Amino acid sequence: MTTDKLLTVCGLSLEVAGSGHQVVKSVSFDLAPGEIFGIVGESGSGKTLATRSLISLLPPNITVTGGSVTYKGRDVLKLKEKELRHLRGAEIGVVFQEPMTSLNPSMTIGRQLEEGLVLHTKAPAQERRLRILDMLKRVGIRDPEGALASYPHEFSGGMRQRIMLASVMLLKPALLIADEPTTALDAVIQRDVMELMVELTRAEGTAVLLISHDLPMVARYTSRIVVMEKGAIVEQGRTEDLLTAPQHPYTRKLLSSLPFRGEPRRIDTSKAPMISAREIIVDYAGRKSLFRKNKPKRALHGVSIDIYEGEVVALVGGSGSGKTTLGRTIAGLVKEDEGRIQFQGRLRTENWADYRLNCQMVFQDPYSSLDPRMTIQALVEEALRLVPGLDGNAKRKRSLETLEEVGLGMEYAGRYPHELSGGQRQRVAIARAIARRPRFLIADEPVSALDVTVRAQVLDLFSDLQKRYGFSCLFISHDLGVVEQVADRVVVMQDGRIIEEGARDSIFDSPKEAYTRRLLSAIPALDQNENGGVTLKWRLEN
Amino acid sequence: MKKLTLNGLIGGILIAVLLVTAAVGLFWTPFDPMKLSFTARLAAPGAAHLLGTDEFGRDVLSRLMVGARASVWIGALTVGFAVICGTLIGLISGYARGWVDGVIMAVNNALLAFPGILLALGLLAVFGANQYGIIFALGIAYTPSMARVVRGAVLSLREREFIEASRVMGNGELYTMLRHILPNCLAPITVLATSMFGWAILSESALSFLGLGVPPPAPTWGNMLAAGRPFLQQAAWLGLFPGLCIALTLLGINLLGDALRDKLDPRMRGLK
Repeated sequence: MTTDKLLTVCGLSLEVAGSGHQVVKSVSFDLAPGEIFGIVGESGSGKTLATRSLISLLPPNITVTGGSVTYKGRDVLKLKEKELRHLRGAEIGVVFQEPMTSLNPSMTIGRQLEEGLVLHTKAPAQERRLRILDMLKRVGIRDPEGALASYPHEFSGGMRQRIMLASVMLLKPALLIADEPTTALDAVIQRDVMELMVELTRAEGTAVLLISHDLPMVARYTSRIVVMEKGAIVEQGRTEDLLTAPQHPYTRKLLSSLPFRGEPRRIDTSKAPMISAREIIVDYAGRKSLFRKNKPKRALHGVSIDIYEGEVVALVGGSGSGKTTLGRTIAGLVKEDEGRIQFQGRLRTENWADYRLNCQMVFQDPYSSLDPRMTIQALVEEALRLVPGLDGNAKRKRSLETLEEVGLGMEYAGRYPHELSGGQRQRVAIARAIARRPRFLIADEPVSALDVTVRAQVLDLFSDLQKRYGFSCLFISHDLGVVEQVADRVVVMQDGRIIEEGARDSIFDSPKEAYTRRLLSAIPALDQNENGGVTLKWRLEN
Repeated sequence: MKKLTLNGLIGGILIAVLLVTAAVGLFWTPFDPMKLSFTARLAAPGAAHLLGTDEFGRDVLSRLMVGARASVWIGALTVGFAVICGTLIGLISGYARGWVDGVIMAVNNALLAFPGILLALGLLAVFGANQYGIIFALGIAYTPSMARVVRGAVLSLREREFIEASRVMGNGELYTMLRHILPNCLAPITVLATSMFGWAILSESALSFLGLGVPPPAPTWGNMLAAGRPFLQQAAWLGLFPGLCIALTLLGINLLGDALRDKLDPRMRGLK
């Protein structure tokens, strides 16, 4: 066995205790000191369980059935709990996906960061404090002194993930396991956190095991990658080889599922726009306390947007940019404080019932947008409840037809949402929105919660339906890759204002605003080659 | 898929036995439950009197059978009253929010802060001690906790996206409330209602014990338990059997309630 490896995983197999169901099948890979190594797979591929077993943090119902995990010459799976505790944190650090729940909300940042130092080092209090302050400064916290006494809820998601990173890197571990470290963050912040992680680990000589579903992101930072599917490694190799000349069909499928730029289309803008919103202002009321009323927070500062017949307009921006608020205002879920919204040239308030019939919405989270107590067919049929001129039979027929159109046959009609996968649920949500044949659709991050390959299928479905029915669409997303594939026109928002808009190609090829450039630098341009592989080009990089 | 779990089955059998006993008690009992007999005072359970006799020589089994009717009736109506009023108040309060919620919850919290049994005592003093007075008083005493639970469920449900989806479809508030929110509140309502049934039977016993329940000589499990207390040392069966009846009924109701909740929830379909 080579001794220069930091970590060697050999034939690791895991199964759900007692059921004989294998969740990880004979997985082998190794890591050199200081290397950045990627594991890519979709949900259910076993990538998280496989890495949890590296520090023996498996859920109680999962047992190891074979293989070994050797860290610096010691078999981790045979270590006692006490020895493991010395390993965790001090030698192997972990950054989890959810920055909202991985910090203890009732402890100050200072105490949480100190915990590891107290456990694993003999540093005196004064030195601990200095090391913590130094680390907080390095991860880009503006006021480290102040941060020590603050609680996690006072920081944004990106800042929390930085603090999490700081707490792990304080102990200078030899290996950092980063499980989807940036998935919950929006594109720009995602990139900042990743860059920071790479910089810190390089400086300390820490090896990184980066686990994600996001192949381009992993490819950007790693030298080698393994691709996992259904618990087994299907392909592994140098990052570049794997991307340009994928061998396994699943890797090819993953690569071809990445969003590519669609064909440009001609949109007729001579007629009046389908939707025209003018100078929309929305204020969120300040929190009322007993003695004073806080100032309202302005979410939209006089935003105007036009959407023409058959056009797909993408609304992009980071979290807090007001893009969701604008979508919800146009949908009528939030009331505008000022401004007016016209539908087909007339104020929408003149015929609200008609507007309701013609303006539908697809929500982001397919798990909470469907009533858990209704069957799939009932959910779609409910959308037709208020449509005039359809009797019960016609409604039933239309709902089944629509389900068929989104790829869910008769056998799904009687099922309940929990019996469907995320992608299938989002298909139901789309069916519900188009069943009325609306002229205008608002899609709020419709594919953000979906796996890569499922996302590609749902996007294809969406494009097909859009072509067939020709509805206009406001497509809200923070993922510019998806936007590049579906949008005709792109509108960029920041801090409640529109800062740039234009045809898709001009925004993607020659962005003017600095913020747009930052957004774009977070996603790669893809060149497909004849092997089914791709070359990633990072935009606007020096 | 198994239709009912073992627990559900046990609960179902217990409740079925209770209902049948109560029904039979309406038409037939081994002895006249009111008939006094000085020759058979405090007779131990045996061949003549299966569960013994009380201090007046009345047959305990017969009295339990008749008492079952009163106890079940009081429990069911009290729970029904609290469920209907509480759900209605909770729905309105949680859905309307704003000042409506503020006012309703202020009254509700005031009622909650007041001990339930004391409230019932006060109401009984006004309305008089009889079966329907008890139902009304206990119903009012239990309504606030039901309203609170339903309101909490509504508040969390109305933030879910399917409620917004319903609004985007153009559905009215009332429709959304009844079609989407109410069915999703069923689980907490069922759980609370089954525990309430137990509380109601116990509270009726407590009120009877205090002399404000169903007036003697009409038997209920509660006043039988109370009447048996002075004789516990000589005739343990006087306290034992009514107590056992109450305990088994509560057990049955709780088991059946849990099973029903799971059965009504489509998410539990197909799970083992």
